[in-house]
Amino acid sequence: MTASTRTRRAVAGWSFAAPFTLLFLVFALLPVVASLVMSLTDLRATDLRHPLAVNFVGLDNYTRLFEDAQFRRGAINTLVFVVIGVPLTMVLALGAANILNSGLIRLRGLFRVGFYLPVVTSIVAIAVVWRFLLDPEAGIVNSLLASVGIDGPSWLQDTRTSLPSIIVMAAWRNFGSLMVIFLAALQGIPTDLYEAATLDGAGWRQQFQRITLPLMRPALLFGAVITGIGYLQLFEEPLVMTQGGPLSSTLSVSYHIYNQFGFGNYGYAAAASYVLFVAIVALSVLQFRLLGARDD
Amino acid sequence: MTRRDLTAKIVLYAILSAGLVVVVGPFLWMLLSSFKTEGEIRAAPPTWWPSHWTLTNYHDLFSRLDFPQYFANSAIVAILVTAGNLLFCSLIGYALAKLDFPGRKALFLTVLGMLMVPGMVTFVPQFVLISNMGLANSYAGLVLPFLAGPFGVFLMRQFLLAIPDDLIEAARVDGAGEWRIFWRIVLPLCKPALATLGILTFLASWNNFLWPLVVATTDDKYTLPVALALYSIGQNRIYYGLLLAGAVVVVLPVLIVFLALQRHFLRGIATTGLK
Repeated sequence: MTASTRTRRAVAGWSFAAPFTLLFLVFALLPVVASLVMSLTDLRATDLRHPLAVNFVGLDNYTRLFEDAQFRRGAINTLVFVVIGVPLTMVLALGAANILNSGLIRLRGLFRVGFYLPVVTSIVAIAVVWRFLLDPEAGIVNSLLASVGIDGPSWLQDTRTSLPSIIVMAAWRNFGSLMVIFLAALQGIPTDLYEAATLDGAGWRQQFQRITLPLMRPALLFGAVITGIGYLQLFEEPLVMTQGGPLSSTLSVSYHIYNQFGFGNYGYAAAASYVLFVAIVALSVLQFRLLGARDD
Repeated sequence: MTRRDLTAKIVLYAILSAGLVVVVGPFLWMLLSSFKTEGEIRAAPPTWWPSHWTLTNYHDLFSRLDFPQYFANSAIVAILVTAGNLLFCSLIGYALAKLDFPGRKALFLTVLGMLMVPGMVTFVPQFVLISNMGLANSYAGLVLPFLAGPFGVFLMRQFLLAIPDDLIEAARVDGAGEWRIFWRIVLPLCKPALATLGILTFLASWNNFLWPLVVATTDDKYTLPVALALYSIGQNRIYYGLLLAGAVVVVLPVLIVFLALQRHFLRGIATTGLK
């Protein structure tokens, strides 16, 4: 290849890549770096007009974070949300996908679209409806419970039920998107595997454990990783449902960052966001280790 | 069909139908209740079917609140963001999939790595940046940070990788320039991927909440979700009928787009998931 072809190719390639790359540099990469730098300073909202007054404080923000009771509370809540919410969402999605794929069901399209509906719906609209459903007096949930003689709690106003309510709502809202991915993976499994297993006398439970689950591993891994990444960033659900309350029982790490941003503590908020970043990378690595390819 | 199959079938249908009621029921209740009177919405126990149909809630929504403006804002922002993503992501997607240039791999990995970065990391600096550019509370401020999403690059590149090189080579041999090849040959082939990306981006932008909540500071720049959220959590005296009608207005356009294009949409998502 001559030098001039090489130059021409470089020019062509970069001219196609340039518009995106420029925007990406300014609005994504620069902020990622700026956030890291900010996390090492005591930058506050009021300093923006006098940037020179900002001091480097080293890892001060990070050490303060772990002494911050609110941050720790948010971290625990977020962890509970992920540890219960991810498996719950996966199980619902896996169950729905397997039933829809069983070959016994007609109207597959109807169920698929129905289950996917909350995924495409604004969280704000969903919150409006769910606050009605969970209303202690006029809500459908408690009136159904009352009809079987159970006195339902004040779901969102009680510290014992507020986080569980948010977890259930998140699983309700998100399982449809995993279901679609799992369904596609299931359709990729050759049916003669099941036929052979049936001839050998394997029941559905054995077939599920020996054929379905192993062959779905890449899709399960993908689902666990993207759901984990999403759930670790829990924010909008508590914002619109409970404003983090009552008594911080639904405060998450992202919500704490948002609050600190609101108070003008930009450096501190940036440090907390980097802790979240590290947690996301760590969780993804962990999931790859646990669910990822061992032998293939 | 054996008896066992029949039993299994009945059980599975029962589970799925119960699931459908739980998932779709709340939306149905929202729609029906938006036609109820304020008193009936607050009544305990709750009702399903309106005992007295009324359009008051919708009438108030569009006369007492500035919902036409919010609706227009949401549409403007979503259309600009979608157009930008379709253009920029297909351009760079083509470069990453089909052109050989120095730095290609590093560029792709950097963009891909961005998918792991939580929104909160970029949120504060983006806000500082937009404020310093004087773009707070403007359409540009609402749109700019979302014009170049890493997901779209990933999607377009994956799709373009599957397009045979011969087609592009043949055009090159015929003397067509890279831009001509892109507009005339590559882009028309990308229609399915562009459709998927377009719908996904539009929905994400329409439902986007945190950024417009922070950047739009006056009424005339609020998007629908922001207006609805501020109305529902910010006021002392809330009219529930208004709230439900507002939620319907937020959901309905998305619902229509989704139902009309769902085949395309769900297939696209499934394929990105598997790659």
